[in-house]
Amino acid sequence: MTVQEGRAEVGSPRKRSEDARLITGQTRWTDNLAPAGTLHVAFLRSPFAHARITRVDTSEAARSPGVVAVFSGADFADEQGSLPCAWVVTEDMKHPDHPPMAVREVRYVGEPVACVVARDKYAAADALEEIDVDYEPLPPVVDMNEAVADGADLVHEELGTNKSYTWVFENGDIDAALRDAPVVIEREYVQQRLIPSAMEPRSVLCVPEADDFTLYSATQIPHILRLMLATVTGIAEHRIRVVAPDVGGGFGSKLQVYGEEVLALLLARRLGRPVKWTESRSEGNMTVHHGRDQIQRLTLAAERDGRIRGFKVDLLADMGAYLMLVTPGIPLLGAFMFNGIYKMDAYSFTCTGVFTTKTPTDAYRGAGRPEATYAVERIMDELAAELDLDPIEVRRRNWIAHEEFPYDTIAGLTYDSGNYEAATDKALELFQYDKLRAEQAERRERNDPVQLGIGVSTFTEMCGLAPSRVLGSLSYGAGGWEHASVRVLPSGKVEVVTGSSAHGQGHETAWAQITADRLGVPFEDVRVLHGDTAISPRGMDTYGSRSLTVGGVALYAACEKVVDKARKVAAHLLEAAEQDLEFSDGRFSVRGVQQEGKTIQEVVLAAWAAHDLPEGMEPSLDSDATFDPDNFSFPHGTHLCATEVDTETGMVKIRKYVAVDDVGKVVNPLIVEGQVHGGLAQGIAQALFEEAVYDEEGNLTTTTMADYLVPSAADLPEFTTDRTETAATSNPLGVKGVGEAGTIASTPAVVNAVVDALRPFGVKDVPMPCSPERVWRAIRDERKPETAEPGAGGGLGSAGGAQ
Amino acid sequence: MTWPDQRAPPQGRLSVKRTLSTPRRPWEKRMPRIRVEVDGATYEDDVEPRLLLVHYLRERLGKVGTPVGCDTSNCGACTVLLDGESVKSCSVLAVQADGADVTTVEGLGVGGTTHPMQRAFHEEHALQCGYCTPGMIMASLDLLRENPDPSDDEVREGLEGNLCRCTGYQNIVKAVRRAAKDMREPAEREVTP
Repeated sequence: MTVQEGRAEVGSPRKRSEDARLITGQTRWTDNLAPAGTLHVAFLRSPFAHARITRVDTSEAARSPGVVAVFSGADFADEQGSLPCAWVVTEDMKHPDHPPMAVREVRYVGEPVACVVARDKYAAADALEEIDVDYEPLPPVVDMNEAVADGADLVHEELGTNKSYTWVFENGDIDAALRDAPVVIEREYVQQRLIPSAMEPRSVLCVPEADDFTLYSATQIPHILRLMLATVTGIAEHRIRVVAPDVGGGFGSKLQVYGEEVLALLLARRLGRPVKWTESRSEGNMTVHHGRDQIQRLTLAAERDGRIRGFKVDLLADMGAYLMLVTPGIPLLGAFMFNGIYKMDAYSFTCTGVFTTKTPTDAYRGAGRPEATYAVERIMDELAAELDLDPIEVRRRNWIAHEEFPYDTIAGLTYDSGNYEAATDKALELFQYDKLRAEQAERRERNDPVQLGIGVSTFTEMCGLAPSRVLGSLSYGAGGWEHASVRVLPSGKVEVVTGSSAHGQGHETAWAQITADRLGVPFEDVRVLHGDTAISPRGMDTYGSRSLTVGGVALYAACEKVVDKARKVAAHLLEAAEQDLEFSDGRFSVRGVQQEGKTIQEVVLAAWAAHDLPEGMEPSLDSDATFDPDNFSFPHGTHLCATEVDTETGMVKIRKYVAVDDVGKVVNPLIVEGQVHGGLAQGIAQALFEEAVYDEEGNLTTTTMADYLVPSAADLPEFTTDRTETAATSNPLGVKGVGEAGTIASTPAVVNAVVDALRPFGVKDVPMPCSPERVWRAIRDERKPETAEPGAGGGLGSAGGAQ
Repeated sequence: MTWPDQRAPPQGRLSVKRTLSTPRRPWEKRMPRIRVEVDGATYEDDVEPRLLLVHYLRERLGKVGTPVGCDTSNCGACTVLLDGESVKSCSVLAVQADGADVTTVEGLGVGGTTHPMQRAFHEEHALQCGYCTPGMIMASLDLLRENPDPSDDEVREGLEGNLCRCTGYQNIVKAVRRAAKDMREPAEREVTP
């Protein structure tokens, strides 16, 4: 099949079609929906990090005006089941029960204990105050190092340990690589706990209709949620329809099966009326799953010339109080990424999942790969400093050269394509690297109180989750395919149904571009449907930068099938052999006889009328395809950051940020650039601003956006973005994922720049987020170590490692 | 608890209306009545004094184009214009809007066309999930009211009270500057195809 490239939609910066409703306020957020008779739910949540529930008295609350019902966890003990964990990473993984509403014990601040159902949200909130709960406090477990020590207080008494699992991967002889290595660098980095902070708070509405239920939720995963709701509650899957209407961002936080979703279903069943719950931001900060939270102990062995011999990684990963949908697997997605883009002889990865009395962790933009990329890119800069090499040079000596692809990495992956040299060269030029290095030298020379730092991050990542066989080998509970179907309407218009569930990415535009090219129909003639299990019954949803590389390829394949069917009809109508037809620009014609032809619309109409079809042909061109990738996709790039660090105040200002990304072939450059911008903002936020802080009692002290510092426009620089284009070889579109790349790459680039600015002071690390106080202390502590005080950053670091 | 007595019961109205606004039971306190113009339509309602303007808009009037993103007035998603000035409608009580003119994102544009600010957000790809967009658009209008030709830095400073988690703000800055240009030079814009 040939497509006229002259008018190609793929590759053009189409303005997004979804914007029309978003800029006019006609959006369908879950909280906007309220069918007649809707009741409102409010949850009473634990004020203790760890306590036994000895009594819950709901009688007074039940008498409050407007209250329809009040329930405690005990009232649902027999039907609420246990929230699912789909990733049992080792056979002996400790996997505690996780009731949607606590029954006997609470294990983090914010865990639901009881709920009020009332005629409006004010009445529900009022009645919460009338619920009387007696708690018997138990010791909180806040610090991971203490949690894994002998005799530690336990989060789950019945498990006998706070260790959920230990997972090991080794390749090559790590002991030999470390033994007598000329250069050994040991570091401990803390990936602080983050709160995903999608702008739309979680919201769920469940509408019962006798034995059938429609559950609307601000979720990334309507298909997975449907199956899991059925599994948890015992309500048959075909009785549940899940709709993800417009969803206001997710970043992994809505890749979850939340207790509130399960309870909305159960409440709707019990009360026979629609029930809705929408969280407040303060409630959400405590109860939406958190991200990151690792202590990384790293040992890098290298030769004197900078070539890496081996890398040893030992992680403590905070699970929080329970294992949620993919909690234990998140740090393991990093297991394949700590080697980055580098060649080495040996690699060892050990991860221990640790229970604490904190909000459970799970996927947050990048999920495991940002943590790994941070570690390797930070330590590469340390290696460069140790050897007095330029950080770019030390990377050049180790990275996989473009002619070496496909390349089997030490972590067991096959990188299909890449060109690290090209991306780096482009970034260096845009950044004016040499000029900034000269300025840095000059500022150092004259002891400028504002020092310039330059940070490098040459990253890759694995995304497009995922080949089902790989997921199976990692004991994940599901496959990684995606589904698409194409419905051709008699008027020639096209409906595309995708199993990917968009929540801000722009699928409705990009999918229409792919379809327009493959079918040769106008972009405007394509409508994309998603996010409703009744409309799109098959899907694996959206996360892990998978939509385009898996779902987009499924769509491509479904379009091919439509064209194949249309070709049969066209050949019949034109009284020609199929092989003599060419399809170009939406028109079938007999090769060499251009004037004889049928447009796709004419063929569609003929197939619909079905008056004269080829023998045995069904009167439909509609087609489905399910794509299961053979490999991950491996976007890569070079990010360079220049920071100005005020050594007197500790203030960090990003002076310049250059991101050159290689995401393969691009469907819509506008959307790609937007994804990179947003990713950079979140990665920079981890480096400089954001941290979920718990106090010694296990109280989250960053429950609001006044305490948890999501950056504003004034906090971020203007980015310079560009691309190189090395096509992925693992799919026919040549595309790679882009959703998480910016977040993965940028955090180490920024921290490397901060540390680079402070090298003259002997500073080798500044814990994240590099707040003015931490930067200031890092400088002073190096000067006078005896004056070092605990608690840098204003609180107990979430992982306990930042004291 | 005593409700602040907003105003005397309306006089000289139809008796049926008086009946509705009169407490049905002696222990029920009378709710204040407000009269608000929202996006060109006039509403008169009895509201609880504690009712937030954003909840009044969303739940009483069905104006759900204005979303709620936080509960501490940090995110700005709920920004509307109150008598032409931007306010976060989560930190204004409905009773405080009594007698005022409220414009939400739904009230922009006339005769089926969109406002230049809305168009600029679309043209510059200044939104992804779109949840912050209504508030971002309304705050940007107020920004341009005070400064019709802001620099990049002035836009960034001016929108400090509105958070976006998707875009990294770069395209929002471009959109606001584009809208500023279009709004300063409307005539020129009309002749530009």
